[in-house]
Amino acid sequence: MPDVQALVNDFLNKLKKRKIEGSQATSRQTAELLRSVISQQRVPYNNQAGALIDAVKAVGEQLIAANPVELAVGNIVRRVLHIIREEDLSLTTAAMAGLNLSAVSDDEDDEERDDLPVLSAAVVAAAARSTLRPPSLQTLLEDMPDSAAIPHTSSSGGDSEGKSKSADKSSRSRKLKHDVIEAVNELIQDITTCHEQIAEQAVEHIHQNEVILTLGSSRTVLEFLCAAKEKKRSFRVFVAEGAPRYQGHLLAKELVARGLQTTLITDSAVFAMISRVNMVIVGAHAVMANGGVIAPVGLNMVALAAQKHAVPFVVLAGSHKLCPLYPHNPEVLLNELRSPSELLDFGEFSDCLDFRSVTGSPLLHVVNPTFDYVPPSLLVCSSLTRCLELRWKENVDGEILEILAQFITSC
Amino acid sequence: MIPPPRHASAPLSPLRRDTVPVGSYNASDFMPATSPTAATSSSDDVAWVGRGGRAGAASSSFPGGGFDMPAASSVPASGLTTVSVVNLPPGLSEKAGVAAELQNDRTTHSKPLKEKTTKAERRALQEAQRAAKAAAKAEGGKAPPASSGAVSSANAKSAKAAKPSSQKNDNVTVAASEKKGSDRPPEKDRKKDVPQPRMQYDDKSRVEKAKKRAVVKQTEARNRVELFRHLPQYEHGTQLPDLESKFFQLDPMHPAVYKVGLQYLSGDLCGGNARCIAMLLAFQEVIKDYSTPPEKTLVRDLTAKIGSYVSFLIECRPLSISMGNAIRFLKNRIAKLPLTFSESEAKATLHSDIDRFINEKIILADKVIVKHAVTKIRDGDVLLTYGSSSAVEMILLHAHELGKQFRVVVVDSRPKLEGKLLLRRLVGKGISCTYTHMNAVSYIMHEVTRVFLGASSVLSNGTVYSRVGTACVAMVAHAFHVPVLVCCEAYKFHERVQLDSICSNELGDPDAISKVGGRGEINFLDGCANSENLQLLNLIYDATPSDYVSMIITDYGMGKQGSIADKYEYIMYGKLYKIQEEGSGADIKAELLISFGGLLMSLKGNPDYIAEFQLDQKYFLCMRKLV
Repeated sequence: MPDVQALVNDFLNKLKKRKIEGSQATSRQTAELLRSVISQQRVPYNNQAGALIDAVKAVGEQLIAANPVELAVGNIVRRVLHIIREEDLSLTTAAMAGLNLSAVSDDEDDEERDDLPVLSAAVVAAAARSTLRPPSLQTLLEDMPDSAAIPHTSSSGGDSEGKSKSADKSSRSRKLKHDVIEAVNELIQDITTCHEQIAEQAVEHIHQNEVILTLGSSRTVLEFLCAAKEKKRSFRVFVAEGAPRYQGHLLAKELVARGLQTTLITDSAVFAMISRVNMVIVGAHAVMANGGVIAPVGLNMVALAAQKHAVPFVVLAGSHKLCPLYPHNPEVLLNELRSPSELLDFGEFSDCLDFRSVTGSPLLHVVNPTFDYVPPSLLVCSSLTRCLELRWKENVDGEILEILAQFITSC
Repeated sequence: MIPPPRHASAPLSPLRRDTVPVGSYNASDFMPATSPTAATSSSDDVAWVGRGGRAGAASSSFPGGGFDMPAASSVPASGLTTVSVVNLPPGLSEKAGVAAELQNDRTTHSKPLKEKTTKAERRALQEAQRAAKAAAKAEGGKAPPASSGAVSSANAKSAKAAKPSSQKNDNVTVAASEKKGSDRPPEKDRKKDVPQPRMQYDDKSRVEKAKKRAVVKQTEARNRVELFRHLPQYEHGTQLPDLESKFFQLDPMHPAVYKVGLQYLSGDLCGGNARCIAMLLAFQEVIKDYSTPPEKTLVRDLTAKIGSYVSFLIECRPLSISMGNAIRFLKNRIAKLPLTFSESEAKATLHSDIDRFINEKIILADKVIVKHAVTKIRDGDVLLTYGSSSAVEMILLHAHELGKQFRVVVVDSRPKLEGKLLLRRLVGKGISCTYTHMNAVSYIMHEVTRVFLGASSVLSNGTVYSRVGTACVAMVAHAFHVPVLVCCEAYKFHERVQLDSICSNELGDPDAISKVGGRGEINFLDGCANSENLQLLNLIYDATPSDYVSMIITDYGMGKQGSIADKYEYIMYGKLYKIQEEGSGADIKAELLISFGGLLMSLKGNPDYIAEFQLDQKYFLCMRKLV
């Protein structure tokens, strides 16, 4: 347990100090951390799923609080919670099936048969109900007394059976943990391979002699373009440099190294060039529940220009970027202001950046946001996001417990 | 007051204002009344200007709407002599001191109107204008001859407010009003005024020809962007030392011109106004030192000489549109010199002409722009500006001097980062500023109340041709419903039409793109600048579509949307509900009854004048005190 706590603290620190860059790295590390939390978590005799969920929730809340802007952390925590519930559900269903089976046939295991009278009709009904319903807070709450009731009834069954039952339970708990960890591994695998999965579809969207515009740098975009290039498509790419971080320079360098015709432009030339562009392909920071996109700064401008010239605006996003939250004032609340030194030399303007005694505020403010919010209305002509079909399941409390995502970006 | 000359711009104007004599209504009767349908207070310019107020939208949707263009009404020429400075349509009753102007609601009527101007009608119009000009000339003759041209031209312009779609004739106007005494330029001259199509640099044979004549030997840049083959792009800085060394041995070139050319080349001199003034001053020097060679006439030889200097300057850096206009002005002045003038007289005239151009068209114009624009700044405003425009800077400083409380957002963009210099100057004056870069413009736009932009030129379709990035800022402002005010001196207007930023543009030094100044850690592209696949594109200008611009502020007033509202004290909106006729035979009178939300107006007049009026049309009634 202490070593997990150390891991968590370490990761929290990294998140707080913004040491981890990019949603992909963050989400992968979050998933790995949660995996170790799960594997280290001692599972109690009963209600294993509840214990795991509690543990993951406790860690997840800390992680989300450490960097509320990095929505991928929350997404991954939710996904892991979802996985636990799913696995629990499927185990229960399997057990139920086993029960039904044993009820019919008599040549079952002795222990199983001994258990039979213990399980009352109410328990079976509750289990059936919980299998029929998707897991939500309500069903979980309803589950609680049931699972509490099971040991109660079983304890009344007698000591001899208790021993064998505990062995069965522990094997089931190990099975649950094992399954959950397996599923989390799959999730990690998904996250690490999301670029390839997205890139696979490149040829379907990029044709010969196309002119593509992108802004800043995104690994997904790079892979996407290179995948199309590898399929012998020849097209040219305009890269807006993405001031003040100038990651567009990096992207341009990578693209040139891979033999793509690349033209580097300033961000201000986006509007001038967009009329000759066939498609805008950009990466995103997060995709919100309303379809809006939190994207690197500058993309709102690009999206507006693309809309003006009816150029498809395509956002590439891995599944870990899909966030079930609805944005409220995202430009301010889901944004981060970076250091002014990226824009101005401190030495150059040091006299005006100070707080003044007279007015209480400095004469000069420097604004350097990290993200832009692209409202869904600007994404109407986006082919990839349109295929993105998200189904959210909400319970009465409005807490979103499950994400069912079917989209072509990944999964 | 000298009535402005009517010039040929009118027939081209799609804006047609139909006017009727205001007959029998009593102005004082309905002046104090407020009509519920009338636009609210016209001082609230935002309603008119930025957010596209209902009434404002109707007037603004005229192509270049809202300018008091001399109306192309087919009234008898005699009516033209009563034209006042504000160019009110003739035949209006001015007794009450209220000018009532009725405007056909364009939504119902503008199209058929446009079609109606047949060739014959246009000719009639031209005749009428010629007659008017003759009248104007007769009156203008009374004024001192030296100043009459200037004054009347100023009058003419202030009356007609710079209007994009009238620009086709702007230079003609200049010519027409300046030469004053003579007739309209004959067709041949007019043809000359239409500029040659620009040099297309993908046309190999022409480029070769041009190269032979060139003084500046430029090396073509590597890795050109395919889309921009038609624009010149040369290696930067290679020819500068070479040219500098040639400074003292260059025969055909005047040193003053040479110096200006080098300054253009090195980028020491930038900004439309600064470049234009420098060029004109250099030409002033040229003219001062000029002596007509034997067996040549001053007019021809000087024009040729100026032409060769201009092509040298183009080699250094492509001309801005403002410079093109200034050159055209100068050539025009040279061509129009009376043959009777001696050389010294001619030189003195040209010298003073250039002085006057600089003073009137640039320096005074800026002052007038500042005066107009300051009225648009209110306490608590957050003004956004992009890059560094001299006009906008003057406006901000002046507003600050007036004690207005406002904040400025300076948006900047690579590679020039001119905004930093502006920021330094504004902060030095104690104006509270926010500095940000291009990409964050949609973040900062939430708090902005007005956007002030400079322009390199305003084209005749209303497109604003300006520093690259202006279009982005205007677009984002438009999306956030923030009014965009473009400040542009009228001499920068041009009759060209441009639909995108690619057909005509200027390419800057590509290396400026790959090198991020002041940020040593960003040198990602150091190694691969020579790669075949990498092109660096440094555009200088872009074209802002007119729908993003709420208002153009020029030295002739504030143009485009809302300008009608700005010029009147009271505007009403109503509907024509009845047309009836009285009398018979020769003195038949038609009566129009228009309801302005319960306030009724009756107009009586000659049925011929009101033939355009139809039942159920909507009308604006604009009122203003004349004296």
